[in-house]
Amino acid sequence: MGKATIIAAGLSAHGRSKTYKRRGLWAIKKKHGGKFPTTAKKAAVADAAASKKTPRFYPADDVAKPLAHNAVRKPTKLRSSITPGTVLILLAGRFKGKRVVFLGQLPSGLLLVTGPFKLNGVPVRRVNQAYVIATTTKVELPKLSLDKFTDSYFKAAEDKQKKKKGEEEFFKTEEAKKELSAEYIANQKEVDAALLKALSPELKGYLSTRFSLKDGDRPHLMKF
Amino acid sequence: MPFKRYVEIGRVALVNFGEDYGKLVVITDVVDQNRALVDAPTETRRIMPFKRMTLTDLTVEIPRLASKKVLTAAFTSADVAGKFAASAWGKKLAARQSKANQNDFERYQAAVAKAKRNRAVRKAYNQLAKSA
Repeated sequence: MGKATIIAAGLSAHGRSKTYKRRGLWAIKKKHGGKFPTTAKKAAVADAAASKKTPRFYPADDVAKPLAHNAVRKPTKLRSSITPGTVLILLAGRFKGKRVVFLGQLPSGLLLVTGPFKLNGVPVRRVNQAYVIATTTKVELPKLSLDKFTDSYFKAAEDKQKKKKGEEEFFKTEEAKKELSAEYIANQKEVDAALLKALSPELKGYLSTRFSLKDGDRPHLMKF
Repeated sequence: MPFKRYVEIGRVALVNFGEDYGKLVVITDVVDQNRALVDAPTETRRIMPFKRMTLTDLTVEIPRLASKKVLTAAFTSADVAGKFAASAWGKKLAARQSKANQNDFERYQAAVAKAKRNRAVRKAYNQLAKSA
C-alpha cells in the first residue's frame, strides 16, 4: 500500500473509511472473529490512558502537523574509474593540480586520498569526487590500515581550525603557529612509508609534479 | 616537378571530412567535376565530392566500376593499407594518433624524456660553442 497523498498539513487525500479499506483492516478483523487482536502490552497502555484526566483545555488553534519527509539519502556512488590505488588529479582547493593516490571511500561518500605527503605535500585528506580527474594510472597499494581515518578524524581537525575569532584574538597580531598533533603526523608518516615502498621511481616523479594545461591542450579530448 | 596525383580510376584517396574521416577509399568512377564514386573493402560504395578527400600517391589496378570482389582483391594484393602506413604521411598520422591516445602518465614520461634530451643537446652544443 502506498502512502496517501497529503493535500495540506494534516489533511490526507483519503478519508477515514477509505483508509480503513486501503489498509485491509477488515481482513485482520475477519481473521480474528470480528475483533482486532490485542496484546497485553497494548491493554496496559490503554489502561494508563484511561486513568489519565481528560485535558481541561484544548488548543484554540489547529496544531500544524509536520509534513512527512520520506526522502532517504542514498550513499554516494563511487565513479567506476576510481578504485583503490587510482592516481587522481585534484581540481580545486589549494592542492589543485596535484596528483594523488586514492586510498578508499569514506561512509560520507568523500574520497580518502594522500599525496603521499612526502612527495607532493598533500596529506591524507578527504576530497569530493566531483573535484577530481580519475587517471587510468593505478598504483599497486600495499596493505594499509586505514581504520583510523574516519570522517570524524577529519571533522575534528577542521573544527579546530574554524574556531571563530573573538575581538581579542582578532587584534592579536602575533599568533603562535598551530602545531599538528603528534598522532596526526605519525599517522601520515605511517601511510607514507608503506606507500613509498610500493612506488617506482618513475611513479614518484609523476606524483610529485603538478598537472597543468599547456597551450593547445583540449582537456575534453585528452585521455587521462 | 610534374603533377603526379591525378583523379583517375583506381586512385587511392584519404577521406578528410565526416564520419569516415581518416579512411582510405579508391576512386572507381568519376561522376562529374566535383564528385567521384568511391569504394573500399570495408566501405559501402558511394558518391563523394572531391572536396572531402585528399588524393594520395597510391593507385590500384582496377577497371572502371569494379565490383567489390575485384576491388578487394586489387586492394589487398597491392597492399594499399600497408604502403600508406609506411609512407611519411601515414607515419605522421599514426604518430598524431598515438599522441592523442596518450594517458596522463605517458604524457609525463614523454615530457621527462624531452627535457632529458634537450639537456643533452644543450650540453653538447655549449661544449662545441666553447671550443669554437
